[in-house]
Amino acid sequence: MLSFNWSDSVAAIINTSSETLAANVDFNSYLSISPDDVVTIFSPNPELGQNIKTSFPMVVAEELDADWKKVKVVQAALDVKKYDRQLTGGSGAVPHSWERLRKAGATARHMLVEAAAKKWNVAASTLTTSNGFVIHPNGTKLSYGALATDAAALTVPTEVKLKNPKDFRLIGTAVPNVDNKEMITGKPLYGLDFYREGMLHAMIQRPPSFGTKIKSVDATAAKALPGIVDVVTFKNNVAIVGKSTWEIMKARKVLKVEYENAGNIESTSDHDKLFKELLDKPEATVRRKDGDVETAFKNAATVIKREYQCPFLSHAPMEPMNFFAHVKADGVELIGPTQTPDRARMATAQLLGIAPEKVTVELTRLGGGFGRRLQADYVVEAAELSKLINAPVKVTWSREDDMMGGSYRPAVRYRFEAALDTTGNLIGYKLRGVGVNAGNSTREDNFPSGAVANLLIDSIDHQSPITTGAWRAPITNFLAFAEQAFLDEVALAAKKDPVQFRLELLEKAKQSPTGAIKYDIDRMKSVINLAAEKSGWGKKKNLAQGFSVYFSHRSYVAQVAEVEMVSGNPVLKKIIAASDCGIVINLSGAKQQVAGGIVDGLGHALYGQVTFKDGAAEQRNFNNYKLIRYNEVPQVEVHFVDNGIDPTGLGEPALPPTGGAVANAIFKATGKRLYNQPFTLQEEMKGVKLGQKM
Amino acid sequence: MAAYSINVNGETKKVDVASDTPLLWVLRDSLGLVGTKFGCGIAQCGACTVHLNGTAVRSCALPISAIGTSKVTTIEGLSKEGDHPVQQAWQEVDVPQCGYCQAGQIMSAAALLAKNAKPTEEQIATAMSGNICRCGTYHRIKEAVVLASSKMK
Repeated sequence: MLSFNWSDSVAAIINTSSETLAANVDFNSYLSISPDDVVTIFSPNPELGQNIKTSFPMVVAEELDADWKKVKVVQAALDVKKYDRQLTGGSGAVPHSWERLRKAGATARHMLVEAAAKKWNVAASTLTTSNGFVIHPNGTKLSYGALATDAAALTVPTEVKLKNPKDFRLIGTAVPNVDNKEMITGKPLYGLDFYREGMLHAMIQRPPSFGTKIKSVDATAAKALPGIVDVVTFKNNVAIVGKSTWEIMKARKVLKVEYENAGNIESTSDHDKLFKELLDKPEATVRRKDGDVETAFKNAATVIKREYQCPFLSHAPMEPMNFFAHVKADGVELIGPTQTPDRARMATAQLLGIAPEKVTVELTRLGGGFGRRLQADYVVEAAELSKLINAPVKVTWSREDDMMGGSYRPAVRYRFEAALDTTGNLIGYKLRGVGVNAGNSTREDNFPSGAVANLLIDSIDHQSPITTGAWRAPITNFLAFAEQAFLDEVALAAKKDPVQFRLELLEKAKQSPTGAIKYDIDRMKSVINLAAEKSGWGKKKNLAQGFSVYFSHRSYVAQVAEVEMVSGNPVLKKIIAASDCGIVINLSGAKQQVAGGIVDGLGHALYGQVTFKDGAAEQRNFNNYKLIRYNEVPQVEVHFVDNGIDPTGLGEPALPPTGGAVANAIFKATGKRLYNQPFTLQEEMKGVKLGQKM
Repeated sequence: MAAYSINVNGETKKVDVASDTPLLWVLRDSLGLVGTKFGCGIAQCGACTVHLNGTAVRSCALPISAIGTSKVTTIEGLSKEGDHPVQQAWQEVDVPQCGYCQAGQIMSAAALLAKNAKPTEEQIATAMSGNICRCGTYHRIKEAVVLASSKMK
């Protein structure tokens, strides 16, 4: 059936990290230079759409003074000796690696200048660099390629001077994604695109309900079908192994597996009931306690108490879960999309009882991750299967497997309480979070903590067989909505403008802080002011505006949502965002991170939910797990604060504020308060036709 | 299993597969044309969009037995050099994030513009709403379709 050589046409392109040209001169883990002036920059972190594969090399190239047109970016395989924190999560890569990337480029630049100085017999300090050349004061130039061999032989300097950010010429510009051409022409980049001659395909039937285990397996009919090589049962998995994807998909339909209960069988209705009980429970894990909350609430002129609930969500990356594994006598080869290659390596080594050094991990591009690919379950599973069948195998998940197979964003319910004095001052604040496998469902040091004298934040977690995990902007992806919607109501009760109310609280935190303050007050104020200014806050007559501001993952984002009433129905017209992530590395990538984060936050706030019936997810594909589409997106306007501070990440921070801004705008337009997600399925939205217009 | 001869990107391809095999898996598993993506398997997300005689179709729900003599065009065959006006626009606007859905998005946009070179905003929305982008690049998709429209001869 395979009429051409896979290893030439497909595998070679994916295993890019091993194809470095022999003639290249290596300077450090991040870069090498060829005699013909091509600068190869290795990008170690997994690329899943956060644009790290473009922005990381930009930082190296900036300090190197490379000609970007001659830069070739290569995805590095896992290499724990060369790189650290080789993972994608928590919007942490840029702040972690900023300085080391700059040093990698600056060190090579320093050595190239030294080599030129020797050649010309002049002091290095008289030389300059630009666009891939070292330049003599008399105008003579030597290219980096011509100097590379001599330069790399020099002693590596321990200290190098980094550029003054004022002199950046690449950082801060809009640089197109380095993989654009490959992506728009359909080149094999992703894990699912990996094929190798002799490789087998597999799909795994996992328990459809959480809290069950296999009772019996009858694979007779499945094994008899064409193209099926084997059906293997291990742990709670039944793997169908075959020669092609469609053949194993068909065999799955005739596979008979019986399951029996092995733990709690839970439904969403159980969780709804449980949340209410837990919210009233006297004992909880105290996360933060300032002042005397009881007295504050006793003395309050007004008390506002509200509850908010969010459902489980599926990560649903567009590329279904998959991984290739080949367990051989002398080691294990893992190839595929993972946010955490080292976790995958360690977990595989542990499972197979071998040394981690025996496991290699090649990174493909990831067709999205959103936190799902932080887990190693699907990698380990592929390795275990490869060992059992003694063959190279690619395990592919169907969309249904993905949505039923867990690591969901946990379902959570919050109760907020605020105490106001007679003049509308916030004198007391309480928050309890209760969740299903959510851990600490609060972020106790987030605003308005520090601005309220009497405050209590606690949480209770329910342990469930339903597996959960980090979902893009963990916890804050919903907490921010609840908190910002609540603050809107509190501002209203205090008879204050929502923006003014937040600014006053921040001023209070500055003048008379209570307890630790873990956010930068001035930076938060600056995004609030920028969003208010750019949106013409409070000045637009025919538009209802809703405000939200959130600090998460070390970046600050404020958003204003604008709703217009058209024929009696609210139409979401625009969301204006002001972000402070410090120095913007790639303006094109950064703008899209914010726009995409807003679309993601909006889509899940409007439509997203996974409900459970007897332990099984009820939404199993995009026909009833609704993702936001082209015609459901409002305009988005993105602004950045320009403050020259060292950069922080943007993969997550723009998502959390969106739900709150939209809910607050809908309230202003319609008088209807939204407390639960997804918005479109709530009682309050019955008969309301929410429109969007891009 | 049955032998099929289909026209893909202007070439005749012979495959031996079950008659109900979706075109998607013929392209990917049999022909090595992996630019066409698997996303949902139920014609909901559009990641598997290809052209059948110039019309955008979901290859995950189209069995090989239904192809007959129709001409199949995949992302690999949309242009020789990757310079179809839609592909050019996608690059100029810097559309992709993770990029997984983009081949399908481009095929939907190219089919729209081939029939209607100057679509209205509503016509673009109708044509593009069948393709999900989980990263949320919809604003850039819109910008790129408008730009590609201006490039169409």
